[in-house]
Amino acid sequence: MTKIGIIQYPSSNCGYDTQKVLEEEIGVKADLIWYKEKDKVFEYDGLVLPGGFSYGDYLRAGAIAAHAPISKNIKRLAKEGKPILGICNGFQVLTELKLLPGALMTNKTPKFLCKHVNLRVESTDSFYTNKFEEGEVISLPIAHKEGNYYIREKNLFEIEKNNRIPFKYSGPDGEISSKTNPNGSTANIAATFDKTKNVLGMMPHPERASEEVLKNTDGKRILEGMVEEAQRT
Amino acid sequence: MPLDQEDQQIIENRIGREINQVEEELFANLWSEHCAYRSSQSELKKFQTTGKNVQIGPGDDAGVIELPNGKKIALAIESHNHPSYVDPYNGAATGVGGIVRDILSMGARPIALLDPLRFGDLEKQKNRYLFDGVVSGISDYGNSIGVPTVGGDVEFNTCYNGNPLVNVFCVGLVENLLTAESKEPGNKLVLLGSSTGRDGLGGADFASSELDDESETEDRHSVQIGDPFTEKLLIECVLEMAKNDLIQSCRDLGAAGFGGASSELCSIGDKGARIELGQLHTREKDMNALELLLAESQERMLLEVKEQDIEKLEEVAKKYDLPCSIVGELIAEKKYEVYFNDRKVIDLPVDLLTEGAPLYDRKAKNPDRSKEPATNSAPISKSLLSLVSNPDLGSKKYIYQQYDHEVQIRTVIRPGEADAALLRLGENGLALSAGSNSYYGYLDPYRGGELAVYNNAMNLATVGSEAIGMVDCLNFASPQDEEIYWEFKNTVSGMSDMARKLNIPVVGGNVSLYNESQEKNTKVNPTPNVGMVGWLPKLEEAPSLQFKENQDIYLLGETKKRLGGSQYYKKIHDHTGGRVPKPTTQDLEIYEKTIKIVRENEVVFSKNITKGGLGVSLARTALNAGYGMKINLNSISRIGEMKKDELLFSENAGRVLLITDEEIDLGDKGERIGRLISKNSLEIKLDKTKNEWSLNELKKKNDVLKRNM
Repeated sequence: MTKIGIIQYPSSNCGYDTQKVLEEEIGVKADLIWYKEKDKVFEYDGLVLPGGFSYGDYLRAGAIAAHAPISKNIKRLAKEGKPILGICNGFQVLTELKLLPGALMTNKTPKFLCKHVNLRVESTDSFYTNKFEEGEVISLPIAHKEGNYYIREKNLFEIEKNNRIPFKYSGPDGEISSKTNPNGSTANIAATFDKTKNVLGMMPHPERASEEVLKNTDGKRILEGMVEEAQRT
Repeated sequence: MPLDQEDQQIIENRIGREINQVEEELFANLWSEHCAYRSSQSELKKFQTTGKNVQIGPGDDAGVIELPNGKKIALAIESHNHPSYVDPYNGAATGVGGIVRDILSMGARPIALLDPLRFGDLEKQKNRYLFDGVVSGISDYGNSIGVPTVGGDVEFNTCYNGNPLVNVFCVGLVENLLTAESKEPGNKLVLLGSSTGRDGLGGADFASSELDDESETEDRHSVQIGDPFTEKLLIECVLEMAKNDLIQSCRDLGAAGFGGASSELCSIGDKGARIELGQLHTREKDMNALELLLAESQERMLLEVKEQDIEKLEEVAKKYDLPCSIVGELIAEKKYEVYFNDRKVIDLPVDLLTEGAPLYDRKAKNPDRSKEPATNSAPISKSLLSLVSNPDLGSKKYIYQQYDHEVQIRTVIRPGEADAALLRLGENGLALSAGSNSYYGYLDPYRGGELAVYNNAMNLATVGSEAIGMVDCLNFASPQDEEIYWEFKNTVSGMSDMARKLNIPVVGGNVSLYNESQEKNTKVNPTPNVGMVGWLPKLEEAPSLQFKENQDIYLLGETKKRLGGSQYYKKIHDHTGGRVPKPTTQDLEIYEKTIKIVRENEVVFSKNITKGGLGVSLARTALNAGYGMKINLNSISRIGEMKKDELLFSENAGRVLLITDEEIDLGDKGERIGRLISKNSLEIKLDKTKNEWSLNELKKKNDVLKRNM
């Protein structure tokens, strides 16, 4: 039976939410993995690093979590090609782990920002995004203070060329400009893939937009895509 | 602050000896206004605290209500006013931390926070600094622990110069009910969580005195520093311990620190305790008995644990990397004995400590404030623009965007979308509202109290929910001033009467007195902030919030001239006076009717008309909907002759604006007044003239907080 593991660093907050959506909306077994159970990750077909404030985000968001022993094992699983999704704080951890390029800095307006934003789908050739149309505009909630994605120009060129940017912050009609950039991210980048596209990091929260009752289900397609891949492998 | 001479005499007469210095300090804190409610207790008895659904009323860390679906919720409210003036960021952050632990100590998972805030006028840089610091403190702490902040209210008024108010209301979902009622002599007392340091010394005492110009520097040591990371671990850890049935009773360490929590735990269960202070885990060296007893270091809980469960308890604590230490045990004799370095430093009867403080017999005097209306009239066109651009009525987006209001994925109606937040609990809805209006209370505290309860209930009704329980946070200046005490008495009477009429049990609360500033020469207006919860049986009956062109707009209830305490008098005429709205029997019917209409019809949105009256409500609703409006007010029900400005800005209670997807019949209780239009303007026809405002201009004006910060 396919199982998704949700990593619980101390002070990961969105694990329960992700678990509820995976189990009740998508119908896959999903377990929380306390960070001390570091070898447990190998029992799973895919991992989610959920949102929150791992280790209180002390030092730098995601930095301490990247040094927890479990994180080495997450890296190993990534090398094996298992689907690994980092959401918000999880994205920050994945960049600190160097599984994803770039870094997440404090928002250009240095305040926490909780709102729904528009995103333009830039790349659909991955299992995370193959349920979208290229150029489609979707809406997902963001909630972060350190979501300002930075990447060096050389690397930006590389990830753009290789279609490693699935979502960019946009306007309602897909326009991409500094006006539609909520946090100052380089090139309005809201998410990035690793080279193999098995690892996805994203600042918006798909698990908060996966149920009709919350009036937005755009996020569910991302989680479904991941689960289908986990079931395949 | 030393112990009052008279109090000391009472204590020494009772125990037949002189008290020592440690005992004296403990009494000074536990017999303070903040802990012992010495000026307020006699008045608080007026509240109806019981009800069919009430599981636990006032007295524990939080009240507990059983919902119609059998689940239980815990609710509590606290003020953190004085610390937030001295250090706005940490003061507000630890205010959140404290109330969250109150909820946690009932075995409940905190699921929502709401913050009623009050500041001096925004023109002053100092007030902007306080405002910014408080909002950041709430944001950083609440977001970090993963509890959504889904509402609150804010007011900017010169009476809060030098003494802002920071109240926090928290609601939790009970997982395994715990109480602070100690159970069994011989059980161990365990202190769990952060180590004890020298921070927050004498906070209860500090919270019970006025602020002066030295406060910012001299009282800084009384402000605690928060660590949300540890708090989050504490939440998960305590809930796991409760699930494994390892906790017999539990109390959060708040005011008066370890001394407060341990003596209260004994008292509630009619037990005593023997305590060894040297066993507390500390973060600083050479702490003395007094510091160990009274420090208000955050993120700590006191647990009563059976001896045979200690090992299992320690395992759970270890999982979460939280230190814990066995600090004493319960005894049958109702004595509070504390040892430090083999020396007995406290030996007192428990009841004397926790219930012995004599109540004050305060005098009350009516200040007789003006009931005269303003004599001038102002043109409505300019007045509306000016009203929507004042911070009290401006968009609160600047604030709530800094709060994570969606974590835990229960938030169906978010801040800014309606007058109350709505959380889903399975198929059901739990509605939440918090706040009050201090302008009413200043002119007429009784009405102010009534309206605080009524308007929160109405807010719940606008999302189809019936009020099922409340807590209150009563913020006043010094009760030693007879006029202030008169305000206090009358406010409580008004609240209590209205809560009875609406059948809402009051299951807890907090009193914060001495909110005044010698430096700024201010005393706060009576500010009876209410935190209220409501029940919606079927979630799908909530307003849809799906706005479309041509949807109908209705006005339910009659408009009458009630401008006392109104935004119009205050902001346009700088006038303090007039008749404050009085909720009538008919207004109680409007509450019932609103719930029924929202549940039974295709209601898109509904709004309780309060601050700024019909005019401001229409403008803010249009901005919220993202549509223009075509409105005709010529035929609306009104009582007596009213000028245009009176009609548009009167704040009488019992009126609701409704936007619907279908025609509805309001009978003689209201009428259709217009529709949503695609044109970007608000058009209001009144006495043959058409008035028009562009939505762009209204929006620009309404973004006042963003503009000023």
